[in-house]
Amino acid sequence: MRSQTPLPHDIALQLPLPEWLLILILIVSFLVHILFVNLMVGGSLVTLWYQIKGLKVKEYDVLANEMAKTITVNKSLAVVMGIAPLLTINTLYTIYFYTANSLTGLMWIAIIPLVTIAFLLTYLHKYTWTILENNKGLHISILATACLIFLFIPLIFLTNINLMLFPEQWGTIRGFMSALTLPNVFPRYLHFIFASLAITGLFIFWYFGRKNYGFDQKFQVISLYSVRKGAYAMVLAVSAMQFLIGPVVLLTLPSKGLGWNLILVIIAGATLALPAMYWIFKAITGKPDHIGKNFGKIAVFLSITVVFMVSGRHIYRSNALAPHQKLMAAKTKEFLSASEQAGKNVPAEEAVPSKSSGNGSKGSVLFAKNCAVCHHLENKLVGPPVTEMISIYKDNPQALISWIKKPGRKRMEGPPMPTPANLSDEDRNELAKFILSNNN
Amino acid sequence: MDIPLFHLDWLNNRMLIALIATIHALINHSLAVGFVPLVVWLENKGVINSGSHEVTDLKWDKMVYRMMWTAFIITTTIGAMTGVGIWFSVSLVSPNSIASLIRVFYFAWFVEWTVFVTEVVLIMIYFLTWKKANSSIKAKTRHIKFGWYLSLFSWITMAIIVSILGFMMDPGNWLKEKSLLNGFDNPLYLPQLLYRTPLAMVLGGCFGLFLSAIFTKKGEPNRLIVFRSISKWILLWLPFAIAGAIYYYHFIPTANLANLSVAIGTQSFQDWYDVMWKVILGASSIILITAMIGIWKPKLLHASLITITLILALGFMGLFERVREFIRKPYIISGYMYSNLLREQDYPLYKRDGVLKWATYTSTPKVTEKNKVEAGRNVFMLTCSRCHTTQGVNSIVSVFERMYSSKGKPFNRESMETYINNLHSAREFMPPFPGNQAEVKALVSYIKEIQFTNEVLDGAQQEGIVVNPGQSIESFKKINKR
Repeated sequence: MRSQTPLPHDIALQLPLPEWLLILILIVSFLVHILFVNLMVGGSLVTLWYQIKGLKVKEYDVLANEMAKTITVNKSLAVVMGIAPLLTINTLYTIYFYTANSLTGLMWIAIIPLVTIAFLLTYLHKYTWTILENNKGLHISILATACLIFLFIPLIFLTNINLMLFPEQWGTIRGFMSALTLPNVFPRYLHFIFASLAITGLFIFWYFGRKNYGFDQKFQVISLYSVRKGAYAMVLAVSAMQFLIGPVVLLTLPSKGLGWNLILVIIAGATLALPAMYWIFKAITGKPDHIGKNFGKIAVFLSITVVFMVSGRHIYRSNALAPHQKLMAAKTKEFLSASEQAGKNVPAEEAVPSKSSGNGSKGSVLFAKNCAVCHHLENKLVGPPVTEMISIYKDNPQALISWIKKPGRKRMEGPPMPTPANLSDEDRNELAKFILSNNN
Repeated sequence: MDIPLFHLDWLNNRMLIALIATIHALINHSLAVGFVPLVVWLENKGVINSGSHEVTDLKWDKMVYRMMWTAFIITTTIGAMTGVGIWFSVSLVSPNSIASLIRVFYFAWFVEWTVFVTEVVLIMIYFLTWKKANSSIKAKTRHIKFGWYLSLFSWITMAIIVSILGFMMDPGNWLKEKSLLNGFDNPLYLPQLLYRTPLAMVLGGCFGLFLSAIFTKKGEPNRLIVFRSISKWILLWLPFAIAGAIYYYHFIPTANLANLSVAIGTQSFQDWYDVMWKVILGASSIILITAMIGIWKPKLLHASLITITLILALGFMGLFERVREFIRKPYIISGYMYSNLLREQDYPLYKRDGVLKWATYTSTPKVTEKNKVEAGRNVFMLTCSRCHTTQGVNSIVSVFERMYSSKGKPFNRESMETYINNLHSAREFMPPFPGNQAEVKALVSYIKEIQFTNEVLDGAQQEGIVVNPGQSIESFKKINKR
């Protein structure tokens, strides 16, 4: 059965900054965040790969160790850089984002312990390199576990970021698994993983090739050329894969957010990747001495591609949500004016009927408001019945008044009596008079 | 109301936040704000106490490095992730309140973030360049300087977040004039900061004592020196922490203060009124004794005493956090939004029409004789579930059974209705019931039902949602066409 499309009202406060500025902050800060996430995920996978190679060629194990040192730095930056986009998406798309979070809540909150465990594992891996020297299987499996977690987390984020775009689907979602199976989640996921590997490839090329890194002093068996060539080959291969998976991502997007603005941006981005890929191909097939020649250009072109893709992602989001956002704004206005109207015509508070209040005196009204919740005329509710109060205090109203002023606990089977707030001395007199007047 | 409600029917939603937030605050205070300056001070001591032919006393330096290593690992994993976890859990459990706060405090949070980025970069520079810095006295001096910068930025991070916490308890002038500066300028800001800063230093000291006991061997001369140094540090800050706590307590708005007696535990522990002061007094005196032994008879300082001191110090702070969380009830944003996430100013609308009518997600837009248990369930989810479960922690059945001391006996409908209608005057820390009379009756029907069926209430994360036809795009378009 198709569910209706919900139309909630928005948070009743202004956005803190102009919308365009928030969008700009969101895109830029997300770009920085995802860069470090890519390096964290891709870096872990490559480290794992190097370490497995290190079982045969010992020096790859050293290379893996060098790579592992970068993961723990990149992961800290990934987290801290994630806060700005998180904050901004919370502000800009409050209702949409929070609804998606809520509908996949258990998996969403599981991100926290899962990432914590993955981080602890990366440290454990890094600091047990010598201790577990003769236990490579165990040592590698620590990293492999971290890798599995790192591979799973993006899936949760993508599921939510995807779900928030489709209010018409919200009514059909039953937990994370059903949100996961919405079209487009998996193609986007593969797109992300390939991007991680591409960016990590470029990072490796730069990181080990730096002059003050001194690769040749640290390594004798493996050459810098072979490491850089391997990194470039990975960039080239996954970029080629992007050309296959990219169209799938586009085709599986529900048509409601598609538009020429989106197609144009995506095609422009993809086109810019082509010369970069050509240069990489030339570098791999050319002379070893020239492998680093076009690196700057390649990095710039691929970075621009990434900027275009991230913008395309935002264009789809804004196309897809615009109609619903417009209706929600109108709905919010309507809700607020209904609320204001209701606030102007509050009916006079009627005393809530209770058996032990009824003669309309000031004391009875006070009793209904402050006491009737726990005290009944002849039955024990929370506290003792009025009849019992009469039997204790009938000859000593002053003691009753002081009890009301500063109550305590008489019977251990019930809770202590809280102090009734906002009563004047006169109110307490009236109350006591009313309570004791029930004596008939 | 307008965001599907995530709900944990056993653990209790607030407990989820409390768990994550308490771990975060404890780590932040004891291993970042209070610990880093202590470490830098100790690192500096190593340089001063070394001979003129060496950069630093290497054995001492290694011990201090190991202490920092522990703090580095914990703060950059559990510390960092529980910080993000506060965001995640609060936006799940209490979406409307955090969404409102973020619109007021966006700028403050943004500034907080830039400070935080600086802090993370500094901690990496400080920790990861430690060994390299031991090559020359110049490098070591620069390294120590970076340590002081790091200490400063850790403190600023806390100073900003405290303004947001203080605001939630007492928004000052913000209710009239919703601007950022007004939020910052709230009366609880300084008292909280003056309490938290020295407390963090004391906690950092207790942690330092604990770690130095682990990283030095008995009989090692450094052990006694480090015990003595850290004890001095603790003794220096302890009076300020106690004075800060008293000063802070003095400033908590009086209406909130009245809640303090129930803040420590649940309803039936109301008579534990002075438990907080006992713990604070107890913890402070143990810390004092430990510090004094540490200074005058460091040899007698046993690892078990140090451990107990650390646990008590953490308990001191944990208790204060719990109390802070509670004293802002019945509000989640004082004077603006109740802890059930409904705005105070929308109450007349809900009282008139019922909460169900305006709920975006409900299977029962209106209470009828036939649907009243299901409607009651929806009302419970909308108005009670942020603080109560049905069968778990602070369950609605158990609070009524305890209140009426009637375990196993069916609840009395009439008295429950009276109670719910007067909720706020009977229990000041609870918000008034927002709905209409039909909804009160439905809610009572539901609670009476689950008293015996023990039915569990699943949140939107498991059950999904049912869209209220009256709050859908389809109906909105129809109405506005007319």
